[in-house]
Amino acid sequence: MSAPSVVVLDYGFGNVRSAVRALERVGAKVELTSDRETAMAADGLVVPGVGAYAAVMTGLRGVRGDWIVERRLAGGLPVLGICVGLQVMFDEGVEHGVSTEGLGQWPGIVERLAAPVVPHMGWNTVDAPAGSRLFEGIADERFYFVHSYAAQTFTLGTDEPADTVFAPPLVTWADHGGRFVAAVENGPLSATQFHPEKSGDAGAQLLTNWLGTLR
Amino acid sequence: MSVRVIPCLDVDAGRVVKGVNFENLRDAGDPVELARRYDAEGADEITFLDVSASSGNRETTYDVVRRTAEEVFVPLTVGGGVRSVEDVDRLLRAGADKVGVNTAAIARPELLSEIADRFGSQVLVVSVDARRCPDGTVTDSGFEVTTHGGRRGTGLDAVAWAARAAELGAGEVLLNSMDADGTNAGFDLEMLSDVRSLVAVPLIASGGAGTAHHFTEAALAGADAVLAASVFHFGTLTINEVKDDMRRAGLAVR
Repeated sequence: MSAPSVVVLDYGFGNVRSAVRALERVGAKVELTSDRETAMAADGLVVPGVGAYAAVMTGLRGVRGDWIVERRLAGGLPVLGICVGLQVMFDEGVEHGVSTEGLGQWPGIVERLAAPVVPHMGWNTVDAPAGSRLFEGIADERFYFVHSYAAQTFTLGTDEPADTVFAPPLVTWADHGGRFVAAVENGPLSATQFHPEKSGDAGAQLLTNWLGTLR
Repeated sequence: MSVRVIPCLDVDAGRVVKGVNFENLRDAGDPVELARRYDAEGADEITFLDVSASSGNRETTYDVVRRTAEEVFVPLTVGGGVRSVEDVDRLLRAGADKVGVNTAAIARPELLSEIADRFGSQVLVVSVDARRCPDGTVTDSGFEVTTHGGRRGTGLDAVAWAARAAELGAGEVLLNSMDADGTNAGFDLEMLSDVRSLVAVPLIASGGAGTAHHFTEAALAGADAVLAASVFHFGTLTINEVKDDMRRAGLAVR
């Protein structure tokens, strides 16, 4: 089997080089581009993101990343958001009192963490649910986080009847002054608040697991 | 959250300046190989301090950062001689995750806001070289910011400056005790806890480490991360020995 192809969406800022290298390290054929056709054709699309929510949304819209994500998900094609790339999947982000509309794949608001020390910077543990594919084979490992904002609730799927035909999203939580969403697996859409590309061997295992879901 | 243990490498013209005493290294002066080695030993982050005096040598640093980011999968911080938003941009593009700013922010504090506004606080570490006030200098906290490697006092209150830097947008404070630096007698715990009580961003302790337990003391005094150079480079301590001591004290480590 040939290596899975992954596009890391390039919209002009952030340290995307690490994401490219970490994916190559675990066997993906990686291209850093904002070309729409290439991004649509790849087995997997990574949406990286660092910095301010509003700036990331502006950057994403600038390369029609909103359209690319929407179309891929509509067609069941895998997408992985990282850090602010997770946050923009929610309805909106509020930073310094300014609200910015996100991609709206999930209901909820990304808000400032209520901890004595913010940013949440460093290696933290996560609580992954049973059946998680991203965290398969990963136990008692820490991941590298660096962020001041997070989604602190996740409501999608919680009010579905137990016998629903749709699989509810799998949510992984972490804690920093209260619990927040550390990762989500929702059909073709996955995302992590931490940086797998900076999380050493545990991060490499998670990326390997994600590549395993691509085809 | 675990306490981060961070080895720091001084780099000039693309080479590690102080001797590093590891066995089985092909090239003990190559920062990329050393960073990879520390990553494998369990370092939670790597810091490069660019001590290059000339701009030509500084160019080489970008290449070192680029090559390190290709091979090291823990966060990389680069400091030393960062004077402008453009310098930060270049280092981030080369593959640095965080950038340390020191003297340039003392001269022009707005630089911190400019960097944070453009790239976010999470990339910005303010590095504070501080000492206990010598005779003739008075600050509220009793600690003073220095420049020129601790040789020149500024009269600026070190604790107040760290707090102001965080307000201006620094996402982390690297507090280096110029009194303790090089003594191997332990971190300046009083200074650490004074800064901790006023600063709500992560705090890295630096200067004075001699034993594994010194790192634990710094963490207990409020440091979120501990940084050292020579004790790691000379093989006095391994990253794991430091983490073992912290574990025994009940601290979380990776």
